[in-house]
Amino acid sequence: MAEEFEPKIVAFLCKWCSSAGSDLAGVSRMEYPPNVVPITVMCSGSVSPLYIFSAFKRGADGVLVSGCHPGDCHYIKGNFYARRRIALVKKLLDYIGLEPQRFQMSWVSAAEGKKYTQIIKDFVQELKPLGPQTKLRSNS
Amino acid sequence: MKRTGVFVCHCGINIAGTVDVKKAAKELSKHKGVVHSEDYVYMCSDPGQNLILDAIKEKKLDNVVIACCSPTLHETTFRNASKSAGLNEFQCEIANIREQCSWVHKDMDKATEKAIKITKSAVEKVRRNESLEPISIPVTRRALVIGGGIAGIQSALDLANTGYEVILVERSPSIGGHMIQLSETFPTLDCSQCILTPKMVEVSKHSNIKLMTSSEIQEISGYVGNFKAKILKKPTYVDADKCTLCDECTKVCPVVVSNEFDLGLTGRRAIYIPFPQAIPATYTLDISACPGLLPIACGKCADVCEPGAIDFDMKPEIIEEEVGAIIVASGFDLYEKEMMGEYGYGKYPDVLDGLQFERLLSASGPTMGKVLRPSDHKEPKEVVFIQCAGSRDPELHCPYCSKICCMYTAKHAMLYKHHVHDGQAYIFYIDIRSGGKGYEEFVQRAVEEDGVLYLRGKVSKIFEEKGKIKVWGVDTLAGKDIEIDADMVVLATAMRPSEGAEELAKKLKIALDKDGFLSEAHPKLRPVESVTSGMFLAGAAQAPKDIPEAVAQASGAAAKAIAILSQERLFHAPTVAKVNVNLCTGCGMCVDVCPYDSLSLKDGKVEVNEVLCEGCGTCSATCLRAAIQIRNLTPLQVSEMIKVSLGG
Repeated sequence: MAEEFEPKIVAFLCKWCSSAGSDLAGVSRMEYPPNVVPITVMCSGSVSPLYIFSAFKRGADGVLVSGCHPGDCHYIKGNFYARRRIALVKKLLDYIGLEPQRFQMSWVSAAEGKKYTQIIKDFVQELKPLGPQTKLRSNS
Repeated sequence: MKRTGVFVCHCGINIAGTVDVKKAAKELSKHKGVVHSEDYVYMCSDPGQNLILDAIKEKKLDNVVIACCSPTLHETTFRNASKSAGLNEFQCEIANIREQCSWVHKDMDKATEKAIKITKSAVEKVRRNESLEPISIPVTRRALVIGGGIAGIQSALDLANTGYEVILVERSPSIGGHMIQLSETFPTLDCSQCILTPKMVEVSKHSNIKLMTSSEIQEISGYVGNFKAKILKKPTYVDADKCTLCDECTKVCPVVVSNEFDLGLTGRRAIYIPFPQAIPATYTLDISACPGLLPIACGKCADVCEPGAIDFDMKPEIIEEEVGAIIVASGFDLYEKEMMGEYGYGKYPDVLDGLQFERLLSASGPTMGKVLRPSDHKEPKEVVFIQCAGSRDPELHCPYCSKICCMYTAKHAMLYKHHVHDGQAYIFYIDIRSGGKGYEEFVQRAVEEDGVLYLRGKVSKIFEEKGKIKVWGVDTLAGKDIEIDADMVVLATAMRPSEGAEELAKKLKIALDKDGFLSEAHPKLRPVESVTSGMFLAGAAQAPKDIPEAVAQASGAAAKAIAILSQERLFHAPTVAKVNVNLCTGCGMCVDVCPYDSLSLKDGKVEVNEVLCEGCGTCSATCLRAAIQIRNLTPLQVSEMIKVSLGG
């Protein structure tokens, strides 16, 4: 039997909430699948759409952007910009024909290790049936 | 090609238990640019740090990556170690393979694979890091205190006594705030004016304090250590230096208006002194009430003023001050009268709020300390006090507890009994909250010694009948309806942020909470700091609080301000935005999204104020041409990090 498909996920985590929340998941010894490689950025508002396209182009099967809860941004309002921008990116990806499940945004505070764990578990489960992402993957 | 060193920590078995550290170190050694890769049981230990130091020197490393725990734990440790080996601190990066890898996974092969990716990602980042030094800024060693109530006074005195110049700005004609209106203070019943006036005098006499009353903040610009304040000084039309307080002017002034110090229980003239102990000790002309500044309109006060203190030609002035730190103590107001219509407030003259009752109790108040009904000047024999008038009522009024009302209502009832021995005080309450030193004992004293009757329940209706105020309520403990023929009703109305607090917060760029109070930086660990660096909060502007708490917070805020003012220079993280002027088209989109106003357009290009910039990167994600980037987390760096994270 062929080995089960393991999706590759890149997660852009803001330094102050989501990365800290993911740290908390570690400190609390929670467990989630190792499919996600986190990239810590200063703020979800700094995640350029190009980062997302670039991840898909390089073969990511899923991309997650996670920031502080709306209203709790360390940088006052960066996550509001992120929210608007990501909504547009989602529409664009949908227009291109990429499965909408492949790109997600979440709000994870520094106290929500459990929520982060659950998000990753669910994300991986959702991606598995989709198989590898080929729509945007560069062949080179 | 830059020479990179990689150090993989076992963290005992914390990492090594799930991640094959030997394999990780070996894999990394094959990565482009990595000239040294090793693993060790505890990198943060002395021998561990020495490994890094020796490798940097021997292998002539340009930068290092430590694959270990979260950067929140040991980033500083390893950056300091790299520094001592001669590297710039930004030539050291942390790959978090413990919290974000070994602790959350069980499958060793997969965890190892992930740890390798995370570490490679850090390698790609560090290779493109610039060597940066912290941005150093000079400090203006003076402070601005906004608000001259007890909190502002305390902060100003603490700062001034430490040796720093303070500008104390108060919008009304005298300092003293609401505390100076109070009769006696709980739980010791010492007279409020007796304990406050010496402090007010100290402010006026202090050589380090520049007092500006009748003044308002117009604009604040700048940043921590270097704020610029524009303060509007309104004309009082009386020269404080010449005024001798002879009181001749009020005798001839033809205008009578409501006296705000007595909350409308008395009147005052258009030219007046707010209260006898006002600081600065001078009369003020209330231009909104005065018939006109031209001698032809009235001018009677100027005619009788012997020292010639009255000057109708006084003009508003804008005074600019430079300060290093700002303390905001803008205080509170009581909940608007109009909102409490259900209790007949504003409709029946003998329904008062807490501050009005304070004035009735005050020896210097409208009745010279006698408790009399405003309607007919008779002594009230039955007084009903209603707690939580507007507080703890999320449906109609304020959802929060105003915190001081339980205590001051107990005090009111007690003092009422001290004035009217044969009277009866009733208190309607929801809960009695008497946390604080000596507070619970105080409430007990009101019940036991002064026979105050506490009724647990709410008042449903208040109306006037035959000269009495009928109070209908319910005692939920006895399960009975209550009907009282009261002579007077006192409402413990909610505390609200003072009028104009929202506008002030906008000028200062500090946040408000959902109830309109000024927001602290952290509800537990940074209770006196605002979210804006260099601005601190004190007193009831931040949340309802009593005098001891306001004073404690004020001293805390002063201490925080001193921590800034005592330094010659401040340092700021240099990982801020930088502009590639060749790519910048001056569209200004980044300027609009910057949360810190650190960007501006100059000659068609964006300029970064590096001191204001916090490095969030929202600008860089907004720029269509990657013309603005955050130092050491550029799109190129992220792009390479994505590549290796996906195994490329």
